Amino acid sequence: MPLTAMQVYKNLPKSHANCGDCGFPTCMAFAMQVAAKQKAITDCPHLSEESKGAMADASAPPMKLVRIGPPGEAGVEIGQETVMFRHEEKFRKPPALAVTIAASLSDEEALARLERINAAVFTRVGEEIGVRLAAVDLEGLSAGAAAARVKALAGKSRAPLVLMSASPAALAGAAKAVADRKPLIYRASGSDAEAVIGIAAENKCPLAVHADSLEALADLAKAAKDRGVEDILLSFDGRDTARSIREITRARRAALKKGFRALGYPAMVDVAVDDPLKETVLAGTFAAKYAGVILLNGLDGAELLPVLTTIQNIYTDPQVPNTVEAKLYEIGNVNENSPVMFTTNFSLTYFCVEGEVERSKMPSYVCVVDTEGLGVLNAYAGDKLSPEKVVKTLQAQKVADRVRHRKLIIPGLLPSFRAEIEDISEWKEVIIGPENASGIPAFLTANWK
Amino acid sequence: MQVADVTEKWTNRINTVTLGATREQGGTRGRTVTVGGETTLPFLTFEGEIPNRPAIAGLVADVVPDGWPDVLTAAVGDAIRSPAAWARRCVDDLGVDLICLKLLGADPSGRNLPPGECAKAVRAVLEAVDVPLIIWGCGDENKDNEVLPECSQAARGENCLLGSATEKNYRTMAAIGQADKHKLIGEAPVDINIAKQVNILLQDAGFDLNDVVMNQVTAALGYGFDYVYTIFERVRIAGLKGDRHMALPQIANVGWEAWKVKEALADEDVLPGWGKLKERGPRWEAATAAGYLQAGADIIVLAHPDAIKVTRESIGELMG
Repeated sequence: MPLTAMQVYKNLPKSHANCGDCGFPTCMAFAMQVAAKQKAITDCPHLSEESKGAMADASAPPMKLVRIGPPGEAGVEIGQETVMFRHEEKFRKPPALAVTIAASLSDEEALARLERINAAVFTRVGEEIGVRLAAVDLEGLSAGAAAARVKALAGKSRAPLVLMSASPAALAGAAKAVADRKPLIYRASGSDAEAVIGIAAENKCPLAVHADSLEALADLAKAAKDRGVEDILLSFDGRDTARSIREITRARRAALKKGFRALGYPAMVDVAVDDPLKETVLAGTFAAKYAGVILLNGLDGAELLPVLTTIQNIYTDPQVPNTVEAKLYEIGNVNENSPVMFTTNFSLTYFCVEGEVERSKMPSYVCVVDTEGLGVLNAYAGDKLSPEKVVKTLQAQKVADRVRHRKLIIPGLLPSFRAEIEDISEWKEVIIGPENASGIPAFLTANWK
Repeated sequence: MQVADVTEKWTNRINTVTLGATREQGGTRGRTVTVGGETTLPFLTFEGEIPNRPAIAGLVADVVPDGWPDVLTAAVGDAIRSPAAWARRCVDDLGVDLICLKLLGADPSGRNLPPGECAKAVRAVLEAVDVPLIIWGCGDENKDNEVLPECSQAARGENCLLGSATEKNYRTMAAIGQADKHKLIGEAPVDINIAKQVNILLQDAGFDLNDVVMNQVTAALGYGFDYVYTIFERVRIAGLKGDRHMALPQIANVGWEAWKVKEALADEDVLPGWGKLKERGPRWEAATAAGYLQAGADIIVLAHPDAIKVTRESIGELMG
C-alpha cells in the first residue's frame, strides 16, 4: 500500500523539524517526495530506529515479489503488482507458463518432454517469449522415485522446476534432491498442509498454498510465513472459472487496496485440461485476470502463442507508446511500379496500414516516419510530423531508388502536406489517400493504375 | 482469518438493450436477445448483478469473404456460399444467440454490389433463421450510406442492431434507426474520447442511448488488443461510476478481425514451430474473445465453429 505524504510526515522526527538536512526546505516537502517514490524515507538523516521499522513495514510492496529457481538470470520473478487495472499504471511481472511433465511418462519420455519445454521459446514483435517453468508431476511416485525423477530432469532443464504431488513424502524426497535449485513446492493443502509447509521451510523453497476458502487460504499463507517460508503463491483451480476469478480478484484487492498482508502474494492458476482449445481459453482468461503462474498441459506452438501473446499484450506498459522501427517496409511482392505511402511509427497505426495493404492484395512500400510513437494527427499537432521530415525520411530510406515512379500516397488526414512535399522533393505527384486505413483497399483499387 | 471487505459500491447500471422483435412486437423473430444491465464488473457477482450473459453472434457474410484462410472457410463448409444457409448453420448447429450479417459484398474495392443486392441478403437471412440480426456495413463510408438505409428498410420492425454510427454519419444512422425501429452500433476508432463523443452526438440527434451498443473497433490479439482491452475496461468502469454516456453495452467483432492477422493466416511453413494453422487459427480467435469477455464485452461476434463452441461453453462457466 503506497504511503501518503501525511503518513510519512507523521513519522519524521519532530526534534529536527524542517532542518533541511535532506535537501528539501520543509519536512512536508520531503514527505511528498517520499510518497511520490522519488526519495526513500531513509534519506532523512535524523529518522529514529523505531520510525524506520514502522515505515519499512508500511512501505513494503503490498504484493510480494516471489522468486522461483536459482538467483540470477535463470530464476523466474512474479508478483509485486500494484494495480487492479493496467490503465491505472501498468502490470509489472508477466505470468510464467508452467508446463506439466506427467508422472506416468517413462524416464526417456519425461526427458523428451523436458527438451520440448526447453525449446518452447518464440520471438514475437522483437521480444522473446516462452515457457518459463517445467512442472514435474510426481503423483504416485515414492520418495526415492520422485527424487530420482527430478534429479534426472533438473540438470537438463532451462527452466526452474515445479514439484507437484499430493504426497508429502514424494515432495520431501524431491525437494531435498534439488533444493539448491529452489523449485516451487506444489502445494500445501488440506490435512497435509502443515507437512508440506515444513518441506518448503526446511529446503528454503517457494511454496504454493491452496484452500477451499479465501479465509482459510489467508490462514495457510500466514502459517507458511510464520514457519519462515518467504516466497508464497496462492493456488487456485482455473477450471472452477467463475469462482476462481472472483477469489483472485478479492485476494488482489485485499492486498493492494487494504494492505491485507496474508493475501499479498501472486496467484498460481491450474488450467490444465485435455482439450487444447479449452485450455487456451482458460489460460488467456487468467492471463488477463491476475495469474502470476499458469499451469497447463499444452506444449504446442498453436496453443502457446495465443496465450503468450495475451500475456505480452496485457503486460505492455500503457504509458509507453508502442512503436515499430522507422524504416521502409515491403508489403507483398513489391516491384519498381508498386505504390509508395508513408505513415507513422505508432505501432497500432502501422499495423492497421500493413493489414489493409495486405487485404488490398496490392504489394506496396510503406515508409515509416519516426513520430515518437504518435499517430498521424497527434504527431502533426505535436510537431513530430512535417513535410520536411517526411521528405528526409524518404531520402534516408532511399525510396526513390526502389521505384521508377514519383507518386507518393499520403494520409488523408494531412492534405496540406501535398503542396509542400511536391515543392521541396522529387516526389512530384503526391496523392491524398484515405483518412482511415480501412479505406486503403478501395483507394488503391480506384487510384493506382 | 477474516479477509478485508473489498466489495466496491458501483452507483450505476449499464443500459439494457433488447434485440429482435417477435410477431407480437411487430417483427418475425422467434426470440429476442437482451444484453447489458450489469451493476458490476465482468463476472464479479459478489458485488452486483449480471442479469444477462454475454451473447454470441455468428458471423455471416453476404458474399464469400476474400482472404480468409482455407482452415476457416472449410470449417464453415459449403454454407459459406449462401448467407441463408450459413446463418442456419450458425443457429442450428452452433447455437449462436444472434446472427451478425456483414455486408461485405457492398465493398467498392471488392464486389461493389448495389444496395438492392445487399437488402436481398438481409431478407434471406431473416427468412432463414428466427434469431435477432446485426446488420453491419462494409466499412466504406459513402457506400454504407447508400446500402444501410435500404437494408434497414428491408428489416423494418425487426429491431436489428445496425452498424455502425460514427462521428460522420451519425445523423443518417440515427434517422434510419428511428424510422425502421432498429438499434445502433456507435463506433469510434480505438479512442475513448471519440467513443463518448459519438454517443453524445447520437443523443443530440434525438437517438435514445438505451438503444445503442458501443464498438471500440476491435483489435485482434497481438495487434492493438491491449489498447482496445483497456478502452473496454475504462468505458465499463466509467459507466458503472455513473457516466450515462458510457453506461452502454459493448460489442467486439472478434471473428472479423482475428482472421486478418498473420498468426491466423500463415501456416507452419511461414511460421516454423508455431503450430498448425488449423489449430492455431481458432485458438487465436477464441483467445481474443476470452480477453474481451474479461474486459466487459456484452456481444462477441465469432466466425470459426470451434471458437463459437468453446466460447459458448466458457461463458456458461464464467456465469456459473
